[in-house]
Amino acid sequence: MNFEYTEEQTLLRNTLSRYFADAYDFEARRKMTGSDAGRDPAVWTALAEELGILGAAFSEEQGGLGGGALENMLIMEEFGKALAVEPYLSTVVVAGGFLKRSKSPAAEGMIEKIISGEAIVAFAYAEPTGRYDLSAVKTEAKASGSGYTISGQKSVVAGAPWATHFVVTAKTATGVAAFLVEAGADGISMRSYPTVDGGMAAEVQFDGVSVGADARLTAEDGLADIELVVDEATVAACAEAVGCLHQLHAQTMQYAKERKQFGRAIADFQVLQHRMVDMFMEVEQAVSMTLMATLKLGEDAKARAAAVSLAKAKVGRACKFVGENAIQIHGGMGMTDELAVGHYFKRATILEGLFGSIDHHLARYEKLSF
Amino acid sequence: MNLDFTPEQIAFREEVRAFIAENYPEDLKSKMADSEELGKEDYLAWHRILAKKGWVAPGWPKEYGGPGWSTVERYIFAEECAKADTMMILPFGINMVGPVIYTFGTPEQKARFLPRILSGEDWWCQGYSEPGAGSDLASLRTKAERQGDHYIVNGQKTWTTLAQHADWGFFLVRTDPDAKMQEGISFLLIDMKSPGITVRPIITLGGEHEVNEVFLDNVKVPVENRIFHENKGWTCAKFLLAHERTGIAGVARSKRGIEKLKQIAKTEQANDRPLIEDPFFRRKIAELEMDLTALEYTELRVLANEQAGKGPGPESSLLKIKGTEVQQRITELVLEAVGHYGAPYFRGFPEDGDNIYPIGPDYAHQAAPRYFNMRKTSIYGGSNEIQRNIIAKMVLGL
Ligand SMILES: Cc1cc2nc3c(=O)[nH]c(=O)nc-3n(C[C@H](O)[C@H](O)[C@H](O)COP(=O)(O)OP(=O)(O)OC[C@H]3O[C@@H](n4cnc5c(N)ncnc54)[C@H](O)[C@@H]3O)c2cc1C
Ligand SMILES: Cc1cc2nc3c(=O)[nH]c(=O)nc-3n(C[C@H](O)[C@H](O)[C@H](O)COP(=O)(O)OP(=O)(O)OC[C@H]3O[C@@H](n4cnc5c(N)ncnc54)[C@H](O)[C@@H]3O)c2cc1C
Repeated sequence: MNFEYTEEQTLLRNTLSRYFADAYDFEARRKMTGSDAGRDPAVWTALAEELGILGAAFSEEQGGLGGGALENMLIMEEFGKALAVEPYLSTVVVAGGFLKRSKSPAAEGMIEKIISGEAIVAFAYAEPTGRYDLSAVKTEAKASGSGYTISGQKSVVAGAPWATHFVVTAKTATGVAAFLVEAGADGISMRSYPTVDGGMAAEVQFDGVSVGADARLTAEDGLADIELVVDEATVAACAEAVGCLHQLHAQTMQYAKERKQFGRAIADFQVLQHRMVDMFMEVEQAVSMTLMATLKLGEDAKARAAAVSLAKAKVGRACKFVGENAIQIHGGMGMTDELAVGHYFKRATILEGLFGSIDHHLARYEKLSF
Repeated sequence: MNLDFTPEQIAFREEVRAFIAENYPEDLKSKMADSEELGKEDYLAWHRILAKKGWVAPGWPKEYGGPGWSTVERYIFAEECAKADTMMILPFGINMVGPVIYTFGTPEQKARFLPRILSGEDWWCQGYSEPGAGSDLASLRTKAERQGDHYIVNGQKTWTTLAQHADWGFFLVRTDPDAKMQEGISFLLIDMKSPGITVRPIITLGGEHEVNEVFLDNVKVPVENRIFHENKGWTCAKFLLAHERTGIAGVARSKRGIEKLKQIAKTEQANDRPLIEDPFFRRKIAELEMDLTALEYTELRVLANEQAGKGPGPESSLLKIKGTEVQQRITELVLEAVGHYGAPYFRGFPEDGDNIYPIGPDYAHQAAPRYFNMRKTSIYGGSNEIQRNIIAKMVLGL
């Protein structure tokens, strides 16, 4: 048994951590997320060029650095710590996840564009009535000529306003498949908006969008592929949550030591000490579960899905408990927009529901294992 | 022992229901449904209508302009208002400073302030908390120095709710710097238009401008604006805190909140089946109703005591803790119910009229900001930790 990171992995984490500390502190983030674009494109360029991390999770043959799920985990955890809004999850973990397995001739060129930072991809999977069920897709991909025509509506597509491409899930003649579509393609319209956690998203309408056969990234009956990639993305979301949770706990500890009431630091009150101990235990278990699920991503579909769902449910609980108590222990200060802690709480809240709520994942686990 | 309403009480309920149906402003309904940012006039419209009818201050004694209702009638009134989703009447004048004034004020003070609280002419804010004095309120440092027939007030208050609209504020200030903690404090009414007052917004988690910092720089306050004796303001403050806590259970509003939650869960689809059919989700609603019912009957017991002339005592801390937990849980489940559509953020981002695709259902628009915002309820009005300390000491004698 060995839980140690390789030298490369440690280096990767440190490089990214240092970059965020320099270029992405809370005030810098506030400026970026408050701008019309909702981000500063220079960050993405820096991640691609200066740090060269966008290829960390691709194989060397694909032009990457030879990493995989562990690298994604490390990177997402740093994103969580910095509360970074950049679309690594949808671009590298999701789109990259499909592309690296795809037999489509378009895949190779697209991976190159992702690694170089040229392409940003948003994942259009949710629909108004599908909730978290990946098979509940009403968007249709009708075979036409040698390709497909895609029509349907996708909900709350994170990062859509920044995207050069979408990965969109759609119903085919035999099942559900994932397609790669250029964001500027005819027939796509978007309604963009900010999200409560500081990001951007959009409602995306596909209205008879024509794509070639090479746009299909999975089998026509590709639910198994989609489940796999979304499981990887779910674990990445857990890793981001872990970064967030560490911060929530650390900021709360620091505040409780500094804040004085009744002539002493509020950290002296045993009830708050125990609360912070409980938070600590939740964070540590979230770390363990994220690692567990990351290591099990390579197992057969059933074992993998069960592990991921159990992890996501546990991490979801941690998000709620740690987030709510971080605010509570900060008192009135926790309610302000001015302090970082509230923003971590908001992101943790969204992560709790991302790719499925606690209930959804517990139910999925029950179905797979009982 | 009997839980039924008398025929008179049932008739009263019908009267209240009919009055609300006929008089509640239509445009307020749509504004609240759309969760628009409410202006001062929006807050006051319903207040004024109730004031005209004589119903705006259900708890006040008749001689000061209350309707003279029994505890049960007040309960019925609150239920009917909640059922109709009426605008909340702001507590600062009616529930807080009003009772302090009619309990501790001079005849002149009563004549001067009470009618204007009832009519809504004066908007009040509460100047208790300071940056260094939150849970430990008695450590407050804003000081008032006597100069002839005035006090000169200097210091800073914070978290002052809706002070941006306030005409008057009731403030706790230190008048004897040498006395121990609670003993040197006085209760002052301060005209918010006085020179030397600066109100600065604090923006909260959901993007709201609900609270403020209030700076007082050599503010001149006539001595006649002091309620009760100099250095005895803590008596008023404690009295007021007890008043603040009873209303805080919010049973009627929570009942309505659960009704709306159920409606949402019936509308929301999980893979083409209504969410309400999901056994996990409906169990959570059932648990919430269990807690709310326990709260309701605990409150009724407290009210019955009150009617018998006892209370509200430290037991009201229980109502505050459990009431706010239920309120928070409702917003939590609404957010869970709306799924992906909890994420879009609408503030400062109005939906245009002729949009082709709406951004999720209307009821989802405020789900997340409301969940975030409601975290405040376990912090303010004496945090839930402080309430537990109160129960431990005052009720259990620990
Ligand atoms: C089945 C069993 C087997 C045991 N086996 C052994 C053994 O093999 N060898 C041995 O030496 N002892 C043994 N013990 C004794 C055990 O270690 C003590 O019971 C334990 O240390 C608690 O002490 P106490 O029972 O005196 O309870 P107390 O110390 O009186 O505690 C009573 C309660 O007060 C709480 N409490 C106490 N102090 C604080 C504080 N500062 N803050 C917050 N809460 C506090 C405790 O958590 C507990 O809930 C055993 C006990 C049991 C029940
Ligand atoms: C939205 C909002 C509106 C408000 N409106 C008003 C208003 O209109 N007027 C006004 O005067 N004030 C108002 N307040 C202030 C409110 O009353 C205070 O926030 C509250 O008293 C807590 O004080 P604090 O924020 O300084 O937190 P602190 O007192 O610093 O508390 C921080 C944490 O420590 C805990 N803690 C403190 N002491 C103890 C203890 N002895 N034992 C265990 N735990 C402890 C608290 O429970 C809390 O979790 C408002 C606050 C909010 C958030």
